[in-house]
Amino acid sequence: MNNARSWLLADQPASPLQARMGRFYTSWLALSANPLALIGLAIVVLLLLSALLAPWIAPRDAVYVQNLDGRLQPPSLLHWFGTDELGRDLFARVVHGSRITLMIVALVAIIVGPLGLIIGMVAGYVGGWTDRILMRLTDIFLAFPRLVLALAFVAALRPGIESAILAIAITSWPPYARLARAETLMIRRSDFIAAAIAQGASAPRIIRRYVMPLCMPSVVIRLTLDMAGIILTAAGLGFLGLGAQPPSPEWGAMVAAGRGYVLDQWWVSTIPGIAILLVSLGFNLLGDGLRDALDPRQS
Amino acid sequence: MNEAIEVSDLEVTFGHGTKSFKAVQGVSFTVPFGQSFGLVGESGSGKSTILRALSVLVRPSGGRLQVAGGPLPLHPPKTFRRRVQLVFQDPYASLHPRHSIDRILREPLEVHGFDRREERILQSLDEVGLPRRYRYRYPHQLSGGQRQRVAIARALVLEPEILLLDEPTSALDVSIQAEILNLLSDLREARQLTYLLVSHNLAVVAHMCDRVAIMSQGKIVEVTDSRHLRTGTFTHPYSQQLWASSQGYFRDPAVLDVG
Amino acid sequence: MTSISPEAPLLEVEGLRVSFATQRGLVEAVRGVSFAMGREKLGIVGESGSGKSTIGRALMRLVPSPGVVTGQKLKVGGKDVLSANERDLQGLRGGKIAMIMQDPKFSLNPVMRIGTQIEEAIRMHRRVTRKAARAHAMEALLAVRISNPERVYHCFPHELSGGMGQRAMIAMMLSTQPDVLIADEPTSALDVTVQAQVLAILDDLVSRRGMGLIMISHDLELVASFCDRVLVMYAGRIVETLEASALSRAVHPYTRGLIACLPRLSEASSRLQTMQRDPAWSQV
Repeated sequence: MNNARSWLLADQPASPLQARMGRFYTSWLALSANPLALIGLAIVVLLLLSALLAPWIAPRDAVYVQNLDGRLQPPSLLHWFGTDELGRDLFARVVHGSRITLMIVALVAIIVGPLGLIIGMVAGYVGGWTDRILMRLTDIFLAFPRLVLALAFVAALRPGIESAILAIAITSWPPYARLARAETLMIRRSDFIAAAIAQGASAPRIIRRYVMPLCMPSVVIRLTLDMAGIILTAAGLGFLGLGAQPPSPEWGAMVAAGRGYVLDQWWVSTIPGIAILLVSLGFNLLGDGLRDALDPRQS
Repeated sequence: MNEAIEVSDLEVTFGHGTKSFKAVQGVSFTVPFGQSFGLVGESGSGKSTILRALSVLVRPSGGRLQVAGGPLPLHPPKTFRRRVQLVFQDPYASLHPRHSIDRILREPLEVHGFDRREERILQSLDEVGLPRRYRYRYPHQLSGGQRQRVAIARALVLEPEILLLDEPTSALDVSIQAEILNLLSDLREARQLTYLLVSHNLAVVAHMCDRVAIMSQGKIVEVTDSRHLRTGTFTHPYSQQLWASSQGYFRDPAVLDVG
Repeated sequence: MTSISPEAPLLEVEGLRVSFATQRGLVEAVRGVSFAMGREKLGIVGESGSGKSTIGRALMRLVPSPGVVTGQKLKVGGKDVLSANERDLQGLRGGKIAMIMQDPKFSLNPVMRIGTQIEEAIRMHRRVTRKAARAHAMEALLAVRISNPERVYHCFPHELSGGMGQRAMIAMMLSTQPDVLIADEPTSALDVTVQAQVLAILDDLVSRRGMGLIMISHDLELVASFCDRVLVMYAGRIVETLEASALSRAVHPYTRGLIACLPRLSEASSRLQTMQRDPAWSQV
């Protein structure tokens, strides 16, 4: 343990690997010194685990099999979270619903992060007309109200989780492009970029190897902080009946399904609602912690 | 041709229209191969801009630049870039914070497709007096002087003929300054380099350079040699004033009434 | 020689220590510094990392957060700084002891007019009317030899040159009439021809008002030509205290090294002397 620590914090790393691991470890030390960030991380890890192990935690059948005799039962030893209006086990549905939430989060991140990053970096680095055109394009997308565009999208295609993801992704990238552009404009003025130009490095090389590593942390942080909003939008679409369709155990749709019974059978809506709240909170706390730990301006 | 650098009537303008600002206004000088030439002046005198024009980081709005015997192209090919390299003032800002020393030195070698990269990296570390064990450190794990050594190694790893030095020691402590200036002198001798050194410090320029141009507000007011710089024999009053203020602080009532 | 130190010291420092807790353990930036000063110009000289700027901040209890200031004694004008609470400190800072930073660009509030900033500083320490504060501010600007105070009064910091900005900063810091002024590299962001003017103004005001001035700088020659007494710092300790006029008689090898490694206009040499650092210097 002590050995590993001194290897990671070595003043004179003997290999590129050791140097890189040492940098990660320093960031981890900064992150782990923040209890709120650790809580956030724990929640996100819990989400990952429950998505990964869903079939082993709760049988898949329980998600869909209806039992009209046992409908709307309060939480008990048999049904930890109670049952819904069709007698399905809420615990199983919430656990399997985490897979849908994770898919939304992952897909949006995969589309939005790189798209915004590339557009922003190119606009910021190349400048001139390229910048103007790319940024006006960004403005156009930024002008769409997210939920309304999502509604239109879903209406034009078909209601479903894929349409919801696409709609969220299309409306989410502009802030990332702006963020990456602002960072790039700042980085572009540094002497180390001038040095790279003077050494004959091409623009794509400079963007890829010099600008990107410095833009990445802020994009990752922003993405983590935005996850809460993305989850809420997806849940909102599900609630309006435009996202995931029944009988899919999407949390927003589950809240919607339970809204008729909220006064007498509170758990039907409340439990998926708590799941949404917890995961959003987890991502927010983690994002805040990452911002403090990774901020390039601090090191 | 044995002129390494030939600058004639150089003009550099920043901005457009009414907001434009002429940073360099008709500057001419030449530096023969193997010589060390100094540009002295205060901030805003345009001395750093000349360096940036010579390394094609800014585009001149007028005049002619000849470097290493040929006119400076608008979009210089890599082979041309290799021959003229820059060392910046602030080693904290001129090294990429997320690149290790190894990567910093490897990048230019990769760009230019040099062979024997391992060997060249180690050799350049030796040459600037950095221990080989620092190779995988990041810039923040080095002191200011060590960083400036890395910056010099990065410039030299491409085997240039001309080195443009932009205040290479003004961000460093004086004891480190002495080490870096000695290193630069040694390297110039060993590699037959041509130096163009920009500084606000007259003593540094007098120590390093054979000839010196004194600049003020985008123009060269006087070109002289280091001997005259030391004794303070000038023809232009501005040079005289600059020389006087670099002599340290005196309680002189005459300077008080400015404002 | 301590002949310059007057009977009642303005500032007394004994066993001052400043330490920072980092991931790699405790780092001591200042390791037991003691000195006293009166109405004089005291220079603190050292290279980066010597702890000279940290001392300046510690005297005002402005060391940033993981830093801890300890010591046997730290008194400004007879008032104890170490045990002072936040309220006392507010009165102390600006009132008894003030500080000028290196770059006026970063130490003046960019969205407030110069005049307003000076007025605010005055009104924070003295109960005066707005009108009186304005008159004081004008006076302060005149005192730093700004020939057109009316114009500078209405300027924003970015509209001033570096030298003008630093003068405005001096005006602001002196407007509350502190006993001790700390100047941390007050001229190193300025051009040499402007440096002399700013130093002359500082010199004039400090001697005329009988204040104490601490000038923190890396430039030994400059400090020696400006101050009465010089403390040379190395690795968080004072290694030598000198009368400024006796620079050539410095004893400590570090001080001698600092003087020797400078390139000089007066003498041509092919190589500069470098310093062989002795680990013993930091273990006094």
